[in-house]
Amino acid sequence: MDTREINKLNLMAYKIRRNVIEAVYNAASGHPGGSLSIAEILSVLYFKEMKVNPKNPKDPDRDRLVLSKGHCSPALYGVLAEKGYFPVEDIKTFRKVDSYLQGHPDMKGVPGVDMSTGSLGQGVSAANGMALAAKIDNKDYRVYSILGDGEIEEGQVWEAAMYASHYKLDNHTVFVDFNGLQIDGPISKVMSSEPIDKKFEAFGFNVITIDAHDVVAISNAIECAKNCKGKPTAIICKSTKGKGVSYMENQVSWHGSAPKKEQYDIAVCELDKKITELEELINE
Amino acid sequence: MSDIKIATREAYGKALAELGEKYDFVVLDADLSEATKTKIFADKFPERFFDTGIAEGNMIATAAGIASCGKTVFASSFAMFAAGRAFEQIRNSVCYPNLNVKIGATHGGISVGEDGATHQCLEDLAIMRTIPNMIVINPCDAVEAKAAVEAAINHYGPVYLRFCRLATPVLFDEATYKFEIGKGIVLKDGNDVTIVANGLMVNDALKASEMLEKDGISAAVIDMHTIKPIDKDLIVEYAKKTGAIVTAEEHNIYGGLGSAVAEVVSETVPVPVLRIGVNDKFGKSGTPAALFEEYGLTAVEIYNKAKESIKIKK
Repeated sequence: MDTREINKLNLMAYKIRRNVIEAVYNAASGHPGGSLSIAEILSVLYFKEMKVNPKNPKDPDRDRLVLSKGHCSPALYGVLAEKGYFPVEDIKTFRKVDSYLQGHPDMKGVPGVDMSTGSLGQGVSAANGMALAAKIDNKDYRVYSILGDGEIEEGQVWEAAMYASHYKLDNHTVFVDFNGLQIDGPISKVMSSEPIDKKFEAFGFNVITIDAHDVVAISNAIECAKNCKGKPTAIICKSTKGKGVSYMENQVSWHGSAPKKEQYDIAVCELDKKITELEELINE
Repeated sequence: MSDIKIATREAYGKALAELGEKYDFVVLDADLSEATKTKIFADKFPERFFDTGIAEGNMIATAAGIASCGKTVFASSFAMFAAGRAFEQIRNSVCYPNLNVKIGATHGGISVGEDGATHQCLEDLAIMRTIPNMIVINPCDAVEAKAAVEAAINHYGPVYLRFCRLATPVLFDEATYKFEIGKGIVLKDGNDVTIVANGLMVNDALKASEMLEKDGISAAVIDMHTIKPIDKDLIVEYAKKTGAIVTAEEHNIYGGLGSAVAEVVSETVPVPVLRIGVNDKFGKSGTPAALFEEYGLTAVEIYNKAKESIKIKK
């Protein structure tokens, strides 16, 4: 990947972050922390890897993404809007009573959302179902799911992990957003899900551990997953919760709360500065 | 009615295997395919059958994912573990996005017998009835069970089908039987009281009507195979016509058929609705016949309640 493409993917990640803040601020609720931590993953998936067409969101042959940690919908809506599934302006209606942008992703209402999620642990099973459907129909589309490191405390995740491995779902790639924090505190204190890599290995996955904010590493890991035959891949993404907004970084309190006006202004200022920097780099 | 006895679960498995030739669907089971009878399908169409192991929640959400790719999916387990353990997966991953998943739940009710309370689901119809988009069907015999499976295939969206373990009499003739989701079947007309039953209680309802007949009481019998959507028109018609209703179901008296009928009647033609079901208790081990006797799910009980309802009707 050349520098220009890296900068473009980074720029997209920051535009997603900008949308996250816009969504959560206007809704006065939502989950910024874990949305900000997956921005690069979504940027690489939607702007480099996934075969999708916003003009035909239900294309049966498309690649699919299941945001199993559905509370991070602001990031998903953020990337879908940038990709052209719906107007970026609509982000401001997030969580409002007459909006289609529900608090948690609703596949019936939002173009580009491949599965309704929100109840943790279920999305990864649904992603397995999609991957199995591809195998049944001899189609070559790929399925991606994104799980939280808190989410994997749900037993169903491991039922699904067993299943993916048993049915050799090498067309399903699981991302784990390993930011180390869940609502009640650090996962190490609340309920440690570590070692995450060894658990997935034991369940028969091809496991890759990367920096969640390194678009080259994300892209390389996806390539590795594509080349791994006969078993699913888990990409453990070491991330910073709240990434990109200084006062939100690594602060558990920003798991599920919205910034006030002054805080919003600071976030916008920081993110816009980064966006301008990246745009300048790209235009050089 | 013939002398042949077939369990509705058996009819379910055979229906899947037979209809599998005509329709393209996949079947999932959670390590109970011998008991749920999906094995009959699995043996015939191994490439369309997937065992998920003992993980019902995962099975249902996986079914949702398969269905999201345009497929019809049957997911089977015992009613206890389908409607019970996997309730939330059914609600959030299947019904909320209105995906084309059919829950084939066998071993409903106390007719499970010797396995006892943990395996005798008496709450499933109530639980499933509260979820938007869900259709809830409880067939009364093998012919109706098969027809219900085909109707479920032809209906887009989630359907909960409850089948039983016990072999029971075949009431209908397959050649003439017609099934329509949401349309109750009048098995016997009558003027004095209406017995509305479903599942294994339909046979007892017919027996009770014969007993009542001997006492000069004309009882209508309705097979209400679909609990949701309930056949409101038919209930109203018979509430007006007979002025008294008795319901009979192999389910907790709370939330199932009796409640559904009472909801309709109380808002339209308020007549007495006396309910027969398991009176807010857990089941226990025993033969199905002994359990039906102990829990009062018998033709005699229906007969008694019918007489009582006539006494209090205006």
